[in-house]
Amino acid sequence: MSRSGKFLLSLTVLALAGGAAFWFASAPRPLDNAALAELEGGDAGRGEQIFWAGGCASCHAAPGATGDDRLVLAGGVRLETPFGVFVAPNISQHPQDGIGDWSAGDLGNAMLRGVSPAGQHYYPAFPYGSYARMQPEDIGDLHAFMVTLPPVEGKAPPSEIAFPFSVRRGIGLWKMLFLDDAPAVALDDPSEAVARGQYLVEGPGHCGECHTPRNAFGGLDKGQWLAGGPAAEGEGTVPNITSGEGGIGDWSEADIVALLESGFTPDFDSVGGSMASVVRNMAELPQSDREAIAAYLKAIPAHADGS
Amino acid sequence: MKLFAYAAVALTAMSAAAAADALEDRQNLMKERGSLMRILAPIAQEKQPFDAATVLDALEKMNANAQTTTDVAALWPEGSNTGDTESSPKVWEDMAGFQAANDKFAADTAAAVAAAPQDLAAFQAVFGPVASNCGSCHEAYRM
Repeated sequence: MSRSGKFLLSLTVLALAGGAAFWFASAPRPLDNAALAELEGGDAGRGEQIFWAGGCASCHAAPGATGDDRLVLAGGVRLETPFGVFVAPNISQHPQDGIGDWSAGDLGNAMLRGVSPAGQHYYPAFPYGSYARMQPEDIGDLHAFMVTLPPVEGKAPPSEIAFPFSVRRGIGLWKMLFLDDAPAVALDDPSEAVARGQYLVEGPGHCGECHTPRNAFGGLDKGQWLAGGPAAEGEGTVPNITSGEGGIGDWSEADIVALLESGFTPDFDSVGGSMASVVRNMAELPQSDREAIAAYLKAIPAHADGS
Repeated sequence: MKLFAYAAVALTAMSAAAAADALEDRQNLMKERGSLMRILAPIAQEKQPFDAATVLDALEKMNANAQTTTDVAALWPEGSNTGDTESSPKVWEDMAGFQAANDKFAADTAAAVAAAPQDLAAFQAVFGPVASNCGSCHEAYRM
C-alpha cells in the first residue's frame, strides 16, 4: 500500500472509531426496570400538586391562560433562544396529537432522562435537566393526575432549530456534560423546610432554568446558581434571586412567600413576563411549600448579578 | 437641499427627544402607581387600618393616573421601544390589545372611585379587580 493509501486508511479507521465513540456516548439512556416499577400506582390528588409545582401549564397551556384553561395542554408556546425556536408540544390526553397513550414509564423516561417513547432525545428546552432530580413516585403521581385531563386535538407546529443543533443525537453529548441528578448546591445540614425548598426549586420548580446563567453550550453555570442574567429565552434580563448584590437579600422570607402567592414584590411592583404564570402555579401549592422555597432561597450561596 | 437635510436632522432629533420624554413620562406614571399601591395594598391585606378618606384619595390618584395612560399613542410612540425600557416588543406588535388592557384598568379604577368604599369589605371588593390588572398587563406587555 502506498503511503498516501496508508494515511487514508488510518484516517478512515480514526473516523470510524470517532463515529462509534460518538454513537455510543450520545445514545439515549432510558430508565431500568426497577426505576420504572417505582412509577406505578400513582395518586392523582398528589399528582395535581406536582403538576403545579412542575409548572407544566406555563409552556403547555395557552399563554396567559387562567382557571381551567390551564389544564388544556395543547402546547404551541414558542421559546426563542440562540439555538432556534422551541415550540412546546401538545401534552394533552389526545392519543395521537398529545400523550394520551403514554404509560407512567414513558412519562418517567421523558422527565427523568429526556428520552421519548421512541427512544429519541428531547431538547433540554424541556427542563428535564431539573426534573431529573425528582422522586420517581412524584412522576407516577403526576401521570395519574394527567390522565384525568382533557384530550385536545391538533399538534403544535414543529420547532425551528438550526444545524448543528438540529441533530438530536448530539443532545446525548450535552447530557453527558450537563445532565446530573445531584443537588445543584451543597447545603450544610439543611432544616426540613430548606430541604423541601431545595427539592421544589431544583427539581420540579425548575427555577434555575431561567434564573441561572448559561454557558456557550446552553449548560447551567452552577457557580452562579440563581444569580440571574441575560434571558436564555425571549428578551430582557432575569433577576438575581440570591441574597447577593442586585439580588433579594433585603427581602424577608414573608416577602418571598407573598410574591409567590400574589405576584407583588415588597414594593408592590407586580412581576411580569413568564413569571406571572409561575406565580399562578405557585399560588396553587400549600403555604408550607411557598415557605420552604423562601427558606431555601435564604440558605443558598449569595452571588452578584449573573452574566 | 441643505435645508431639507437640516430639517430631517432636526425632525429625527425631535422625535428621539419625544420618545425619550414619553419613556420618562410613562416610567414616572408607573412609579406613582407603585407608591399608591404601597398605600392601598396593605389596607386591603388588613396590615393597615381602613380609613375611607385615605383610601378614596389614593383611588382618585390611581384613577387619574390610569386615565392618563389610556393615551397609549402618546406614551408609547414608535421609537420609544429601545433604551432603558422594560416595555415588551409586544406593546408595539399588539397596540390594540395593549390599548384594551389600559382601557380596562382605567374602567376598573373609575368604578372603584365611583363606589367610594366606606368599609373594608366594600374596598376589598373594588380593589381586587383593580390590582388584578397589574399582573395580567405585565405578563403580556412587560419583559
